[in-house]
Amino acid sequence: MKNIHEKVEKNVGLFFLFTVLAISIGGLVEITPLFFQKELAQPVDNLKPYTALQMEGRDVYIREGCHVCHSQMIRPFRAETERYGHYSVAGEHVWEHPFLWGSKRTGPDLARVGGRYSDDWHIAHLTDPRSVVPESNMPAYNWLNKNVLDGVLTGKKLSTFNWLTRNRSHKDEQGNAIPLYTQAEIDGAADAVNGKTEMDALVAYLQSLGHALK
Amino acid sequence: MSSFWNIWVWVLTLGSIVGCFILLRWCLKNFAGVEEGESMGHSFDGIEELNNPLPQWWSTFFLLTIVWAFGYLALYGLGSWGGLLGWKSSNQGILSIAESKAKTLEYLQEGSGVLVQYDREVAQADAKYGPIFAAYAARSIEDLATDAEALKVGQRLFIQNCSQCHGSDARGTTGFPNLTDKDWLYGGSPEKIKETIMHGRKAVGMMAWAGAIGGEQGVKEVAAYVISLSGRSINADLAKAGKAKFGLCAGCHGPDGQGSLAMGTPMGAPNLSDNTWLYGGSQRAIEESIRNGRAGVMPPWKAILGEEKVHVISAYVYSLSQD
Repeated sequence: MKNIHEKVEKNVGLFFLFTVLAISIGGLVEITPLFFQKELAQPVDNLKPYTALQMEGRDVYIREGCHVCHSQMIRPFRAETERYGHYSVAGEHVWEHPFLWGSKRTGPDLARVGGRYSDDWHIAHLTDPRSVVPESNMPAYNWLNKNVLDGVLTGKKLSTFNWLTRNRSHKDEQGNAIPLYTQAEIDGAADAVNGKTEMDALVAYLQSLGHALK
Repeated sequence: MSSFWNIWVWVLTLGSIVGCFILLRWCLKNFAGVEEGESMGHSFDGIEELNNPLPQWWSTFFLLTIVWAFGYLALYGLGSWGGLLGWKSSNQGILSIAESKAKTLEYLQEGSGVLVQYDREVAQADAKYGPIFAAYAARSIEDLATDAEALKVGQRLFIQNCSQCHGSDARGTTGFPNLTDKDWLYGGSPEKIKETIMHGRKAVGMMAWAGAIGGEQGVKEVAAYVISLSGRSINADLAKAGKAKFGLCAGCHGPDGQGSLAMGTPMGAPNLSDNTWLYGGSQRAIEESIRNGRAGVMPPWKAILGEEKVHVISAYVYSLSQD
């Protein structure tokens, strides 16, 4: 019998093809079906879109890399839910682009941080974390107080999110999709954030987190 | 999961496992046309490739992993099939807490055939800790405050949930009240402490006064008077001018600056005469408070912690100012 294994050993292209095939099976089984599952595209009943200011705050959150040290994903273990609240479910995150689940907790999870602290606390804490939590190793973000939003792109962000979430928004009684933002909200977005600082926006975003599951 | 994706998952999963088995069987055959242990006919740097079979221990383990895979799939399921254990980590796909609770109740019933790991974990913990907290809840806060064990539990809960603002020693920091002194904004009785933690507090709020009291000069004068209230030495003329304007402050802080609590109206306006300062007692800090106003907020904890835990935390907080 001929040594047919030799064909793979001596042909890089063929070997590459077989390798990709072997590796992709896991993803094809575990990931691909998720794209087509209704449960994963349906918002929880109480999910509300970010306001213009919260949306800007979310972008500050991304820019400053908060998600590098803070997760937004409470796992279904009692040890976590005792500390952070009900575990995260898919329907809370269907409007997130990109997801900010994070993968590492140097600081605590923030999925349900909204309402746990006062605005004053967040401002003091972001300006100088050690002024309120002496044990903290979080960096200070004192420039957020000084940077003022101009709102030039805010309306565009809202209408982009309308497009991104077009297949997974709430539905009215007739089953028609309700866009996240009305045209009036998009038009008024710049005025809604104009003159606010990045600190205001970030605090508004943080206070909005975690109220959707009721 | 639709039947298409169900078939997709089944075929790919079982197919790849069976494929691994066939590949292993095939590799165990001697198909090179060379006697076992003989040279394959090429060498490099004097190292020769021999036609040796796969090590026995390795191929046995490979086979065992295949057997393991079938056992695992049988227990934990595949696609829409929940497996023999009916195991789930949690109620994913829910749209509200009510739905989650209903599912939990359904699954916890005898014979539901579904075992939700998270719910089981919580049920076990509730069975263990529930009676302890229930016993605490049945006792008065004053009584609990003398129970070393209850206080330990309360301290743990305090450090976990309250220390971010009030400090791990409960002595607070600028803008966040010290809970170990006897100076209270909303009352230090057990009932009031519990009410504060349960429902939160929102100070009526001090407005920015600079405009209404004559600008910077007015701010300086009123600050001087406020400093004099706690017996500290200050420019007497300034303080006198400030006293004339203090009528505006008296509505919340009281005619003598004794605070809203002393007047029986817990609006969160601090006592200004006791030399305890929520927002700092330096001349500069007091001027800043008058100039731009202040408004403290305590979030409500009932929904997050539940009444039983709040009860124990209340006892801990109450104990801090008792000696």
